[in-house]
Amino acid sequence: MRELYILKQSLIHQTKATVKVIFTLAFVFFLSLTPSGAWPAYILFFTISLSVVLFSRLGIGFVLKRALLALPFVLAALPLIFFGPLPHSSITLYQGFQLTYSPEGFERLASIVIKSWISLQAAILLAATTRVPDLLIAFRQLKVPRLFVAIVGLMWRYSFVIGDEVTRMLRARSSRSAALTGSRHARGSLLWRARVTGGMAGSLLLRSIERSDRVYAAMLSRGYNGEPPMLDAIPLSDKDRWTLLLGLMLLTSLWMLGLLTGG
Amino acid sequence: MLFSPPAMHIPDGFLSVPVSLVCWVVSIAVIAVALRQTSHTLGERQVPLMGVLAAAIFAGQMLNFSVTGGTSGHLLGAALATILLGPWPAVLVMTTVVSVQAILFQDGGLLALGANIFNMAVIGVFVSYAVYTLLQRALGGKQWGLYVSGFAAAWLSIVIASLACALELALSGTSPANIAVPAMAAIHAMIGLGEGLITVGALALIAAARPDLLNREKKSTGSEKGMVLGGIAIAVALAVLSPLASSHPDGLEWVAEQHGFIDAARDAVYRIIPDYTMPGISNTALATIAAGVMGVIIVFFVSYGIARAETQAVRQEITER
Repeated sequence: MRELYILKQSLIHQTKATVKVIFTLAFVFFLSLTPSGAWPAYILFFTISLSVVLFSRLGIGFVLKRALLALPFVLAALPLIFFGPLPHSSITLYQGFQLTYSPEGFERLASIVIKSWISLQAAILLAATTRVPDLLIAFRQLKVPRLFVAIVGLMWRYSFVIGDEVTRMLRARSSRSAALTGSRHARGSLLWRARVTGGMAGSLLLRSIERSDRVYAAMLSRGYNGEPPMLDAIPLSDKDRWTLLLGLMLLTSLWMLGLLTGG
Repeated sequence: MLFSPPAMHIPDGFLSVPVSLVCWVVSIAVIAVALRQTSHTLGERQVPLMGVLAAAIFAGQMLNFSVTGGTSGHLLGAALATILLGPWPAVLVMTTVVSVQAILFQDGGLLALGANIFNMAVIGVFVSYAVYTLLQRALGGKQWGLYVSGFAAAWLSIVIASLACALELALSGTSPANIAVPAMAAIHAMIGLGEGLITVGALALIAAARPDLLNREKKSTGSEKGMVLGGIAIAVALAVLSPLASSHPDGLEWVAEQHGFIDAARDAVYRIIPDYTMPGISNTALATIAAGVMGVIIVFFVSYGIARAETQAVRQEITER
């Protein structure tokens, strides 16, 4: 488990987290609103994300490759090619074999894949250029409930501690389960394996409940009174406001272009 | 963990905007109730308990066991969290886990996050709570009753959540219902088995080590009774709705509705720009080429600018030395 944040000196890293969060959400929102088959709009959306990637100095290859993460989910949309909206057309593959497909369904599938790829780039950019504490402050500034932000913050801190604990448990399991290679019964029965893993999950949860008691005691001893402490957000400057306004205007006009050109 | 996204985290682009927004509204309402309920019952302990347990569920998803060949079962945790903590805290814990997965690890989309929270944190928790409580009551607190109800809660919560996921995809016009529903249900019936087995193993350990944690169920308040009913209602509705939807694949009237939505927006744009006669836009191919050329020019200038800034920075570093 590793944080995605990559430290670089860049314009994007220095932009205020709140601005980046709003812009990313708006970007994904307007891209989703763009109808399918609006290729010119997609190209321009991609240009925006590509330019931001270049500005962020994260490396084009890294972002574009990581953005393929959602690719397996494309399976869910694949039936669109064959069962998409009528009319269907057919191509003859081999004499006698006819493949019917739905051109509109194909167009929709391609649009979904492109949209999800570009949206992922935006999400990666946000996570890779913004530190988690800054993100939390930004969410606070966007009026996400204080309690929820505090829970997320605490979770983030402890997920590394508990992640290490899980790694140790997995290592302990493999060091105690010697396996003969080639034997069918080498690793115990399926039920046995499941029970061992279940025991690990159970003891992980028990340990975590006990750990939360200790964390609570430690927080109390440092003066916790039910109000999660949080850094104050720096209010948006005029420059931030202008950046946001221009960015949102750009996105709106791209969306309109999409409406006019899309299928 | 990062590179094997479970099949239920919907990425952005797969859901239509209306479906995403409706899911967001419902999820936000449930989260608001959950926040109020837990701060009522847990008080100051809420933040540390929820935070550390969310971290445990998040990290616990790394726990896996090989089933056969390359596939492996692993923990999702909604049922286990519900049984251990009660329903409202479990909603918060699962919401936190799903949100962090989406925002920091891009496991599931940002706009689709509302739907993912709805499937995994709301439906998953409600259904497992309803199934667990009802079966516990029916089986009368026997030791094997605990395992049966735990397994059923874990398995059913995953299958029902996957049905909800399939219906959302169908409503968005992404995946025809007659294919998405059976496929999702079949895959998750398998995944649910692994989840159920792990849950039972965990419950066995907890029943041996800390039986007090499992016996808190007795004092059920009014809101939790409502939750049992809600959970049953969701389970029944989805179980009835999905076969219906998949036997009428031309539930594509939904898609038509979505087209209506886009057409309305398009009309509005045409009204803003009444005599819209920019050359080329009427012709999509030309517009695509124009957009492509524009994109290339923008990216060229951006890279050129960055390259110049970079060389200047390097030059400065050299002269400073």
